[in-house]
Amino acid sequence: MADYTLRLRRYSPESGEAPYWEEFEVDLDGKRSVLDGILQVKDRTDASIAIRCSCRAAICGSCGVRINGKPNLACHMHLDHAAENAVDGVITVEPMGNMPVIKDLIVDMDAVHWKKIQRVTPWLLPDGPDPEREHIVPPESMIDVTQTMACIQCGACVSDCLSMEVDPLFIGPAALAKAYRFVGDPRDGQHYERLKDLSEDPHGIYDCTHCFNCIEACPKGVAPMSQIMRLRRIAGSDYEIADDNNGHRHEQAFVQNIEKNGLLHEADLLPDSYGGKFHPRAVPELLDSLPVILRALQRGKVTPRKALLHSHKAPGEVKRIFKHVHDKEERYELNLYVVGEEDEPEPGEHTAQADAAGSHLPAERSPNQ
Amino acid sequence: MPAHDVLIIGAGLAGQRAALAAAEVGATVAIMSKVHPVRSHSNAAAGGINAALNPDDSWESHAFDTVKGSDYLGDQDAIEIMCREAPGEVLWLEHRGVTFHRNLEGKLGTRAFGGASAARTYYVADITGQALLHVLYEQLMKFHALIDRYEEWFVTALVQDDDGQCTGAVARNIRDGSMELFGAKATIQASGGAGQCFKPTTNALICTGDGIAQSFRIGAPLMDMEMIQYHPTTLAGNGILITEGARGEGAHLYNAEGERFMEKYAPNKMELASRDVVSRSEQTEINEGRGFPDGTVALDITKVPRKRTLEALREIVNIGRDFAGVDITREPIHIRPGCHYIMGGVKTDVWGATSIPGLYAAGEVACVSVHGGNRLGANSLLDTLIFGRRSGEHAAQRAAGMSAPRASRAALADERRMIAGIIGREGGGRRISAIKDELGTMMNEKCAVFRTAQGLAEAHETIRRLKEEASVAAIDDRGSVFNQDVLAALELEYMLDVAECIVVGAIERKESRGAQFRLDFPERNDDEWLKHITLSVNGADAPQISYTPVTMTQWEPQERTY
Repeated sequence: MADYTLRLRRYSPESGEAPYWEEFEVDLDGKRSVLDGILQVKDRTDASIAIRCSCRAAICGSCGVRINGKPNLACHMHLDHAAENAVDGVITVEPMGNMPVIKDLIVDMDAVHWKKIQRVTPWLLPDGPDPEREHIVPPESMIDVTQTMACIQCGACVSDCLSMEVDPLFIGPAALAKAYRFVGDPRDGQHYERLKDLSEDPHGIYDCTHCFNCIEACPKGVAPMSQIMRLRRIAGSDYEIADDNNGHRHEQAFVQNIEKNGLLHEADLLPDSYGGKFHPRAVPELLDSLPVILRALQRGKVTPRKALLHSHKAPGEVKRIFKHVHDKEERYELNLYVVGEEDEPEPGEHTAQADAAGSHLPAERSPNQ
Repeated sequence: MPAHDVLIIGAGLAGQRAALAAAEVGATVAIMSKVHPVRSHSNAAAGGINAALNPDDSWESHAFDTVKGSDYLGDQDAIEIMCREAPGEVLWLEHRGVTFHRNLEGKLGTRAFGGASAARTYYVADITGQALLHVLYEQLMKFHALIDRYEEWFVTALVQDDDGQCTGAVARNIRDGSMELFGAKATIQASGGAGQCFKPTTNALICTGDGIAQSFRIGAPLMDMEMIQYHPTTLAGNGILITEGARGEGAHLYNAEGERFMEKYAPNKMELASRDVVSRSEQTEINEGRGFPDGTVALDITKVPRKRTLEALREIVNIGRDFAGVDITREPIHIRPGCHYIMGGVKTDVWGATSIPGLYAAGEVACVSVHGGNRLGANSLLDTLIFGRRSGEHAAQRAAGMSAPRASRAALADERRMIAGIIGREGGGRRISAIKDELGTMMNEKCAVFRTAQGLAEAHETIRRLKEEASVAAIDDRGSVFNQDVLAALELEYMLDVAECIVVGAIERKESRGAQFRLDFPERNDDEWLKHITLSVNGADAPQISYTPVTMTQWEPQERTY
């Protein structure tokens, strides 16, 4: 047994008082979860502490909270680990961000998370009538979308999405991962329509700023940002959707900029995103950006010399990375359900059931090969 | 007062499937749950769903396996329906978008499961229940115009008219504490099982037998309540489930002496014998001193190729790492039998209708009975979907032929008073959590894999005392918004009602069949006990016992070996 202290964020809408912190002692083994700790406090001391929870095994997605400032499931974090990462040894638990708090650790997921899920037409839209038997699809396609099916809608990614903090209308990591579940599903008949919609929406796929918070937050390895990037690649490269937000062109300009310079040359990035300095579309955009540029100069964030004369050129190493990626015949896709190395060949150990299931992916499908 | 043709209580797979089926028939539908639908415990069903869909498999084979698995206590007419309709249901799910595992030809692929004579379990990695639940919820969102969702509403009582017909339910909006009467021409209970009567259990904290107790209280008989499934592979301490899919993929069981002990108990099926058999074998090993010091045996998943484990058993790789500190791809994990499923429940016919007009039940809350004395792995998802759909269809048809019943507002006033009584409770009774803890620990000791008359009698006595204590248990939360304390008080009383029925059924059944093993009656006794035990409410006294014959169609009882 070890002793831990939990500092819980309390709030009761009925009390008329502001939220406050309250500390409780917990008497549990360090390998028990933060949720177990909270439940012990509820059981022994104060049953009015409100937290949604059910499965205790990171399956139901109820107990999303922030532990020491980072989103996670309360049942998915050991007490000892949480205590090690606490600033003063006291484990702080507070409600998730980006969603209004209802009481204590409970947030209003309907008002934010579920609204956004509904935004992406979250159901399969197959072409034509149902086949007599099952749809015949490549086995790896089902494994691929299983990564996003693994999402338990806990809201941890929504909690710490920086883009959503700035733009509350951003469709967000969970809902866009859900969108990939249909775009990546060969049975869906509306891939183009879905991608066009999510590209053209100013709060859509190009509203993500690659901060990686959602990947870090996700307790199930869904990697929402990776799914957003895949939506972009399919929209931009496969369907050639040039969106009005200029998101796709900006992304291309960014990549080319790095390929050429190795380090970002910001003075080129903006005009290149609009087709180059002399492109008619670039002129109004550059004029619009003038006040920002002037302010940056005024505050010394950039100097005219640095901004205009970018002497850095991409080193050979960077060029090799680009060449390696360009030379690949297929796009390199990471998916946690298709990783892992094959064991040493052990034909005797190979179970009959697994063979009957016919589930062994061809080795070349595994990115680790 | 909200009024619908069909009111569904519980939004797991059975409830959601019932809602979609009823809406398809043209009924107005409300679906209500004390948690958001995707939090439902159907999530936890990891391994898969059974269906004889392969051309070289047959529904008769699936049905026979189920009958044998039930230790001949399952009703064969209901089992036939379930197994005949299973292939169509799996295809329906596939068409709705479930990302079922495919074989190399791109067709639906299977894995092996316990007690089955063919590999007929269809699956999505080891998150099958979750995948099904989330896909059905996609369909609920799609048909939002036809199906009203009441998420985070807690039903406190079913409502009846003067003729005894069920006319809806009273529920509390958890978010603000308001109470509402929901009128309905037909009400479907789909609120799941009661595993929280035991501690530890694989069941989620929400599985408190609400629907079983609510139905029982208005006079619906319960059946097969003594049949509690102990799952062979649960983590010691916290009871977290390791899917049977692990053994389906080829994992072995060993005792502390390194012996693959299932050779002694089930030489043909080994680890894939039915769950009651495997659990009893493990418990025997542990009781006879061949277990590990922590009261466990070892499940060795390293027998499964590592890549296959990472792909098809990913969830238990995570569970092993996060909840037991074990890398299951490299070393065995310690497990033991743990409370998992209740075969019994509210007695229904093959359309989900209970003996109360207007009240249906489907899923774990119900007892059709397709599982009899022991449920086969991957038959529970099937049960929820087949009988969820059938009850949804039947309830909608009933509703189409009748005018709206007069729901009594008196029930609403009664329930408001009852809740106010709990919230206003004064004095220093025991804590709800302490009573619940005593109940669960006691049940897991006296009503587990091996049972005796004496232990069960003590259990019954304890439950009667806990009922007294629960009625005056201490309350901390006096608020309206998310008052989880008052809900816990209600759940505790539901659990105690259910636990009493479990124990009374177990005392009554003086034989060993399926999950019920009586050390004082170690043999199956078909002459006297090839019948269901049915329990009905009897005021505040112990439930009234009666019997219902087992329906036989084509399979006579035989000796059961694996």
